[in-house]
Amino acid sequence: MTYPGGKYDVIVIGAGHAGCEAALAAARLGCRTLVITINLDAVALMPCNPAIGGPAKGHLVREVDALGGQMGATIDITRIQIRLLNTGKGPAVHALRAQADKWHYQRQMRNILETTANIHLQQAFVDRFYVKGGRIRGVVTHTGALFEADAVVLTTGTYLRGRIIIGSLNYKGGPNGQLTSGKLSGSMAKLGLRLSRFKTGTPPRVHKESINFDKMLIQPGDDKPLTFSFMGTPASGEQVPCWLTHTTEKTHQVIQDNLHRSPLYSGDIKGVGPRYCPSIEDKVVRFSERPSHQVFLEPEGRDTAEYYVQGMSTSLPEDVQIAMLRTIPGLENVKLMRAGYAIEYDCLDPTQLKLTLETKTVAGLFSAGQINGSSGYEEAAAQGIVAGINAAHYINGIDPIIIDRSTAYIGVLIDDLVTKGTLEPYRMMTSRAEYRLLLRQDNADARLTPLGYKIGLISPERYHVFTQKSASVDNEIGRMQERTIPSTEDVNEYLEGKGSSPLGGHVSAAQLLKRPELSYDDILMLLQETVSQEPDVAAQVETQIKYQGYIEKQMQQVEKFKKMENKALPEDMPYCKMEGISREAAEKLAKIKPRSIGQASRISGVSPADISVLLVHLEQQRRKEGTRHVESTHNTVH
Amino acid sequence: MLDDTIAAISTPPGEGGIGIVRMSGPNAINIGSAVFCFHNSVKKPQSHRLYYGYVKDPEDGRIIDEALIAFMRAPYTYTREDVVEINCHGGALPVSKTLGLVLAAGARMAEPGEFTQRAFLNGRIDLAQAEAVIQIIRAKTETAMVLGMSQLRGRLSGAVREIRQTLLKILAHMEASIDYPEHQDVEELARGQIVHGVEPALSGIATLLETADRGRILREGIRTAIVGRPNVGKSSLLNALLHEQRAIVTAIPGTTRDVLEESINLGGVALTIIDTAGIRETVDQVERIGVARSREALEKADLVLFVMDASLPVSSEDREILAAAGDRPCIVVANKTDLLQDTEQALHSVIENVSPRSVVPMSLLFERGLAALEQTIMDIVFRGEATAPEHTMVTSTRHKDALRRAQQSLQEMLRALEDRFAIDLLAIDLHTAMEALGEITGEAVREDLAEEIFRAFCIGK
Repeated sequence: MTYPGGKYDVIVIGAGHAGCEAALAAARLGCRTLVITINLDAVALMPCNPAIGGPAKGHLVREVDALGGQMGATIDITRIQIRLLNTGKGPAVHALRAQADKWHYQRQMRNILETTANIHLQQAFVDRFYVKGGRIRGVVTHTGALFEADAVVLTTGTYLRGRIIIGSLNYKGGPNGQLTSGKLSGSMAKLGLRLSRFKTGTPPRVHKESINFDKMLIQPGDDKPLTFSFMGTPASGEQVPCWLTHTTEKTHQVIQDNLHRSPLYSGDIKGVGPRYCPSIEDKVVRFSERPSHQVFLEPEGRDTAEYYVQGMSTSLPEDVQIAMLRTIPGLENVKLMRAGYAIEYDCLDPTQLKLTLETKTVAGLFSAGQINGSSGYEEAAAQGIVAGINAAHYINGIDPIIIDRSTAYIGVLIDDLVTKGTLEPYRMMTSRAEYRLLLRQDNADARLTPLGYKIGLISPERYHVFTQKSASVDNEIGRMQERTIPSTEDVNEYLEGKGSSPLGGHVSAAQLLKRPELSYDDILMLLQETVSQEPDVAAQVETQIKYQGYIEKQMQQVEKFKKMENKALPEDMPYCKMEGISREAAEKLAKIKPRSIGQASRISGVSPADISVLLVHLEQQRRKEGTRHVESTHNTVH
Repeated sequence: MLDDTIAAISTPPGEGGIGIVRMSGPNAINIGSAVFCFHNSVKKPQSHRLYYGYVKDPEDGRIIDEALIAFMRAPYTYTREDVVEINCHGGALPVSKTLGLVLAAGARMAEPGEFTQRAFLNGRIDLAQAEAVIQIIRAKTETAMVLGMSQLRGRLSGAVREIRQTLLKILAHMEASIDYPEHQDVEELARGQIVHGVEPALSGIATLLETADRGRILREGIRTAIVGRPNVGKSSLLNALLHEQRAIVTAIPGTTRDVLEESINLGGVALTIIDTAGIRETVDQVERIGVARSREALEKADLVLFVMDASLPVSSEDREILAAAGDRPCIVVANKTDLLQDTEQALHSVIENVSPRSVVPMSLLFERGLAALEQTIMDIVFRGEATAPEHTMVTSTRHKDALRRAQQSLQEMLRALEDRFAIDLLAIDLHTAMEALGEITGEAVREDLAEEIFRAFCIGK
């Protein structure tokens, strides 16, 4: 028996990091949005590490913010520590990382959802979909409510048929003591969606009072007003440090002695786990020559004694977890608060999705986050905002947005998942981006805020601030190119002090700034000026002038890339009937249905010769139809 | 694709007279102007006119060859793009050098069938020809794939892979330190370590490029030795395969006193044909040197065409030569079938004597049997029995082009390193270099990189 639960525009299933962004985006774009979660007390739960950001992940958070998303602003308020990483490694890879107060983050995010117009939060299990004529029409909950909506966003994370494994113990369950959804997978399979089984894990948590920090190295935050959000205000309150220690040979001995009790080695775990995130038992086996692995103790919040033991992800039995922790310097008398565990869950093969994150089989059904085979809060949020925007656009009859690989890490993430699929939980890394130097965390606003404004997620006020900043950057770059620095005794003396060679004649300020040993501040000194620019603007100016050569090189590559991206492929190309395309390529093309020649060329198994043949067929088709083939009908961002 | 300038040698290899290097694309005219100096000063060359002058290296101004050049402006060209054709002297060396220059000046090596493909995509040729275009792309690629497979076992791929592996380790290290900054397991790469890793790679690439510069480009194919007793028709066979008179053919035994080498393109397969002096005991000094070289050629051959006179019984000398061929793939050409009374019986006797080698009956005098021979050669090559030689290094201009791009990127990287540029910028050059090398070995950087990072570094939560 069902009863009518009400009508909405968009239903979001799940209220994790993908769900929150999807719901906020849809609601802010005017859609009446229902968020259904298994547990209302677990909105924006961080079931694993108490941190947000890091290389590539921090970039994603900046991008979500620049587009008008929430994660950046929320972590800015709730962080208890923040650092800028990789400062010595070049502008493209500077990355923010924050330690979160988990509970504060959750409360804060739930409050924003509750106070955002158009959002209704509801606790329930979704048992099945309501589909009519190949289109999603709504969902039915375990309590029998039929909620109707023309767009549904799946953001179920690791909750589908979740199974927790600790040693020989294993039971149905979601992450961190949550319940699991048993029925939705079946309803998805009925719609013809292929599911696979992934695995991930988390380390144990321990009590602060049982840790001897004297034996560990302190890892403090940066004493700077850093924020993820371009509009953020730095959190107040003293920063809380992390602590570094390491495993010992004794630790490894405990693990070796108990390997037979590990479900990974006994075969109890069948899901595919990530290579980049091995459990401690994996590390000890695969890197047996290493005498030690580093371990970080991270606070889970400001008002809690619970510490996260980073580096010790494990599914060994609880008694072994305690024994091995106690071999670590500083943890000799440690008291366990929660055991580490492995979790297996159902996820979608993401090649069943379009670049818009809509499923290819059911119109109006979108999917984002860990269910798409990714891992990480930031990856989830990035997909969430795109799915939310596109669900809203679907409802409002507007072309979907597709963010391409040359515009944002968000684009790289979605394109990788959808075009190549993934055999393990996918983690964002800066090395996955071809145009890394253009996708910096400092210019995320220049890349995405105009789009966010166009979509309607960026307010006119914020857009105005952004255009002001852009103008300042442009003006300052122009000024640097015009102003010259003479070759005087004073100037040359200053240069010598910086280990830089003296000037032969006068040069432009911009030219001098290109010297690696000189900074923007140095140039201002030489111009006898004091800093008048905002730090954000100064950083932009410095990066753009200093790395102009490399930036131009990458821009040229992007030009080429875009030409291929703009050659649209119709969805109904008869690949399997095309002469001259290898069979493997034809099968893959028919399955992925790339929207452009560029996307087609990234499918594994599609060779350059196949692409050449495809171009010929495309032209053939165009001439037969007697029309010029449409250059990209989607609202692609350039 | 379609926005860059492509170049290729548009005359078949191994045929004399002139060789044409053709370019098509927006930069064709600029590149053509950069590598050419007119004999009479010409300010602005007219379209579709042939000019006399010299091909020169734009870097040092060195003259490479005397040549004719034609600039053909779009749209009245084969591809409907700007097209430039440089007519060089025949023979592989001047043509491939000219091609090398235009590639260095910014053109890209054309893919198989790409000129025709562009002609089609730009509306120059009609729909009916589309299928033909597809077949060209496909056929040549498949051949290239077969050859590619055999080259995989060759030293070029081996050498390139080794260089790539060295670079991959450095890149993985750089990337791991960028993506996992908190892992002390991944210490930062010292600049010295980077130089230490990149320099051997650079010298490895330089060595490979040298082999290309020795003029072996395009000449290097599957080394096919034509052997046999004197006067059985070896030179006639070479001429027939070349479709021209190159070796001196006379009825006097021992006419060919040296080893002649020619390249032919048999359905996309490059063969380097080595015509040898007839192998026999001789007292003639000059001829003896020739015979010694013939034996050497035989030893280095990847494929042997053993020519015998079918009108004579199989002699002990024939058997000796066959024995010298060892277990190399060998086709027996039973020549002079026109002299046979009972062809079937004579061939039967030959087949018995040379079994299990394939026998192709031919009459070179009456030009019979050539197609069957060509087919037999192709079969052996495609079955992978005869493969590119071990000592073959850089065989194609495409590979040379890729190596040169890799070299350039690595040099840029070292310069940036010297200028103390940050690691993420160095990684860009290294990526570019790896991608160029990957074009030779067919490996994708991004996949390999992830693999290597997780293999070499122990990172996790």
